[in-house]
Amino acid sequence: MNDAAVAELVGVLGAPRVRTGPGELALYRRDASTMEGHAGVVCFPISTDEVRRCMEVAVRHRLAVTARGSGTGLAGGAVPLDEAMVVSTSKMDRILSVDVANRRAWVEPGVLNLDLSRAVAVHGLNFAPDPSSQQVCSLGGNVANNSGGPHCLSEGVTSVHVLALEVVLPDATVVMLGGEDPEPRGYDLRGAFVGSEGMCGIATKICVRLTPEPPVVATALIDFDDVRDGAATVSGVIAAGVVPAALEMMDRLCLQAVEAYIHANLPVDAACALLVEVVGLPAAVEHDMDVCRSIAEGHGARHVRIAADPAERALLWKGRKSAFGAIARIKPNYYLHDTVVPRRRLPDVLDQVYEIVARHDLLVLNVFHAGDGNLHPLLLFDKREPGVMERVEAAGREIVTASVAAGGVLSGEHGIGLEKRELMPLMFDEASLAAQGALRSAFDVEGLSNPHKVLPSPAGCGDVQGLAAGVWI
Amino acid sequence: MRRRAGVGSGRVDLSDFAGTVGSADPVTIEGAGTRGGAVPGVRAVRAPSGIEWIQPDEMTLSCRASTPVEDVDAALAEHGQRIAVPPTGTIGGALAVGRSGLRRLGYGPVRDVLLQARYVSAAGDVVTAGGPTVKNVSGFDLCRLLVGSHGTLGFLGDMILRTRPRPTFEQWYHLATDRFADPADILSRLYRPDAVLWNGSEFWVLLSGAPADVETTAAALELIPVAGPPDVSGRHRWSLPPSALGTLAGDFVAEVGVGVVHHRERPATRPPDAGLKALTQRIKANFDPTGRLNPGVSVLADGS
Repeated sequence: MNDAAVAELVGVLGAPRVRTGPGELALYRRDASTMEGHAGVVCFPISTDEVRRCMEVAVRHRLAVTARGSGTGLAGGAVPLDEAMVVSTSKMDRILSVDVANRRAWVEPGVLNLDLSRAVAVHGLNFAPDPSSQQVCSLGGNVANNSGGPHCLSEGVTSVHVLALEVVLPDATVVMLGGEDPEPRGYDLRGAFVGSEGMCGIATKICVRLTPEPPVVATALIDFDDVRDGAATVSGVIAAGVVPAALEMMDRLCLQAVEAYIHANLPVDAACALLVEVVGLPAAVEHDMDVCRSIAEGHGARHVRIAADPAERALLWKGRKSAFGAIARIKPNYYLHDTVVPRRRLPDVLDQVYEIVARHDLLVLNVFHAGDGNLHPLLLFDKREPGVMERVEAAGREIVTASVAAGGVLSGEHGIGLEKRELMPLMFDEASLAAQGALRSAFDVEGLSNPHKVLPSPAGCGDVQGLAAGVWI
Repeated sequence: MRRRAGVGSGRVDLSDFAGTVGSADPVTIEGAGTRGGAVPGVRAVRAPSGIEWIQPDEMTLSCRASTPVEDVDAALAEHGQRIAVPPTGTIGGALAVGRSGLRRLGYGPVRDVLLQARYVSAAGDVVTAGGPTVKNVSGFDLCRLLVGSHGTLGFLGDMILRTRPRPTFEQWYHLATDRFADPADILSRLYRPDAVLWNGSEFWVLLSGAPADVETTAAALELIPVAGPPDVSGRHRWSLPPSALGTLAGDFVAEVGVGVVHHRERPATRPPDAGLKALTQRIKANFDPTGRLNPGVSVLADGS
């Protein structure tokens, strides 16, 4: 790292908030994926102006910049390449204002997702996107990845819940994208920024929509002898005009692993189970749950277990959310995938997932957002086995390819990052990728904001040059 | 690696439309002319029309840009669904302008409807933005950029849209009251209304859902059923933070919780921020270097 640049950063932030020690740099070389890069320096600004001045240093010294929230990303989006200056937003963690009547809040990017919902719960409000990592992931990271979660089926993903963004652009100018008003003039640059994975600048203030807590909640666990029946129930419920707040599926291996872990009396002999939640006013909730039940029974449901009280509801959700902890009982390592297919193709694609994984001599556990067709196959393995990583990678690539071939997409909520950028041509031809590049280069003329992510490297350009030794993708 | 998967298979070939748009001369796009229409004096093209498919169990629909909004609404009604796009004109025009209808409070903005678009770029290429599924974070979100871009970045050819259940029961209500200090205070008494309009002394509320729930809500607030909302046609359109509605004066109908105001007076003009203007110009230059698409149209110009 350029000593002059570090000295200037110390001038902006003070030495305690500019870290260059080898141990600290090592901490910031990766996110929650398996990929690693190299951080050149790690900065901890606490204000928009400090972020802007850090960006000025980067511009002056032509440093790559990688913004980082909590580092829970699964696609390598926050992995620093080109010895990037890592800008951690973790110390910008204030909830700035809450407008209860109009249901919105201004927050800093380091506020944790669940902390916002907890802070506004007293007003009967919540922040709807609820990724599994919501206890630790930051709202800035949610914006960068356009994060989802189980309750995004009816409420929509992060983009729907972001009204305005104060952004420090890669050229160190500060702009407001979107607005508190409903129809700000100009292009929807707010929408273009959300999900841009740190490649269009750094959000320093975020105005989010808050969602009212429903007056009535009903949660049911419905199990089936055949995964196809569970999947057909999902399509049937949607076609019947009912959009549950959440509609999650767990397959047999998942049910068994979770039951051994939390003892919730789950149907461990079922092929799959659906966790269904409907919310709203009392008559609507009763109607919607009746529809879900009768469609499920029409598809051979074995049991419909409706949570009798909030404690049982919490237990059923704990089962859904404990899958990641439970799998440690089966294998020490996992690789979590994320694709979306049309709901009607779920049975076929799940069959393909089981076949692909068996052929590569791996185990798979499925626990996913069935309501919006968002698959999350968890490949289980022991990385000490020689050659296993190659099999995990090959199986993953086949799963993604099968999903896209079924009319699906590369990612539903984790993003592209480094993990899937070379798979982008499965969905987009050259002109379509060029259009995404045109958006990126309008925000970042010099290409220094989180370089080498999302967009595949031009053919023949030796894309490994940006990656540190030992990186695998 | 395969260059192009089956995402577009079974959908209309847009190469004729791309050929008509061309790649050299100035060109404008016309629809039904209900939202301002094409640029006068410039060669005009028209996008293809027609619904390609409806998938009720996916809650998605694919149509070409010149399809009338009414046709889409009628076709979806047969499946008990509808779309959060305001009536009149074409789907392409509604998306290109990006303005929402009176149900925005319940249905959300038009920008969230677009899942995938295929458009013809300034270079005459057919470009795919977004993906066919209801959830997708594969690459940059060009669909959001296209909605409201007034045909300045590309001409929409066809699109996949998100549909929503059509309520089996909905009712407009009226309430004349001064009991709420701020109009937004009424929102705490209503669970997810589809619309709340306010003119300074009266409210109009659109509720939908199970009839028993709607009636309970209406009774609690002493709402009076009415045939529909006030006519807001012919008024100017303001965009205000919803927290600012309480200070409005004059002859207006405001969308509470949203901030769209239908006013007799013109909105105040605000100069755009310099940084935002520069970024907007870079985007336009990158997508349309010679400025051939809808020449003269500026997305930063004041609306009304």
